[in-house]
Amino acid sequence: MSNETPTPTPSRTRYLIPLFVFLIMAGFLLKGLFMDPRHIPSVLINKPAPEFNLPTLYNPGKTVNTESMKGKIWILNVWASWCVACRAEHQVLNTIADMGIVDIIGLDYKDEAADGKRWLQQLGNPYKEVLVDKSGRTGIDFGVYGVPESFLIDAKGMIRHKFTGPINYPDIKEVLIPKLNEIKGAIK
Amino acid sequence: MRTLKTVAFIGLFLISGFAGATALSSYTFEDKAEEQAFRELSAKIRCLVCQNQSLADSDAELANDLRREVYALWKEQKSEDEIVDFLVSRYGDFVLYDPPFKPSTYILWFGPFILLIIGVYVLSRALKSKTEADEAELTEEEQQRLKTLLSDTNNNQEPSK
Repeated sequence: MSNETPTPTPSRTRYLIPLFVFLIMAGFLLKGLFMDPRHIPSVLINKPAPEFNLPTLYNPGKTVNTESMKGKIWILNVWASWCVACRAEHQVLNTIADMGIVDIIGLDYKDEAADGKRWLQQLGNPYKEVLVDKSGRTGIDFGVYGVPESFLIDAKGMIRHKFTGPINYPDIKEVLIPKLNEIKGAIK
Repeated sequence: MRTLKTVAFIGLFLISGFAGATALSSYTFEDKAEEQAFRELSAKIRCLVCQNQSLADSDAELANDLRREVYALWKEQKSEDEIVDFLVSRYGDFVLYDPPFKPSTYILWFGPFILLIIGVYVLSRALKSKTEADEAELTEEEQQRLKTLLSDTNNNQEPSK
């Protein structure tokens, strides 16, 4: 009654260690549930945009290259008429074009010219220029692995942000405008 | 010798799977060894569309295009490192199944060994304290208590604990 056990009792916190280990693991696994495995961070952020030289959709004789885009802040939006998610994104692109905050250049990726033109006729054309990447080779240089993807490129031709998957309405306010301010602020 | 080769080839064919066989069948190689080397290289590269398939196995559109690029570089006699650099500079380390050894991946490479060391330490400590407890001699007081307990049991009385 007076003395409980002859051996010294190990402190009770020892028994809590497995619980803590479990909680840490559970925490990581829980975070994993909310991560998108399709979202792969781009290695091209803060690197110069890859060289390209592509014909335009409406005037196949005219080409646009990396150099000719220098001095402008612009978005390269990779899309295709066969891409389902692009349809939803297109309305957002129209809104951005209407706001006039940044030029959008379309990259019609692995698409038929006629299909691309029909798409723009039906859904509106938010693009300052539409480039054609029939083979998908320029897409590979930009590390495109699924459409739509968009690259925000600054006046020096550096990629400053990548939207993987469709840009949505909240992105305009939460990502695009702050990024644009950041880029413009750095120029001043 | 010929049969051995055939058996080995069938074995490799089964391992690499039928999808791989069809995906690479449109490319021409000097000999079997070259084809095998190309197959091994493309098995190291992850298809970014269907992420659990290698470039050798995937039939995704992008995998097709990347295979074409890799094949073109291969035919230009580019080294394996150059081809891997080409892909990593565009798609990042994720394109490789084997993560490269660098600061951001140290935890991947060392993590299991650190856990192993911690495990061995905890286990050895647990075992040591157990043997120590077993070997510990009873003190005077404990001897006394043991005696009381034993005599209590003899009198058909349950020990208090």
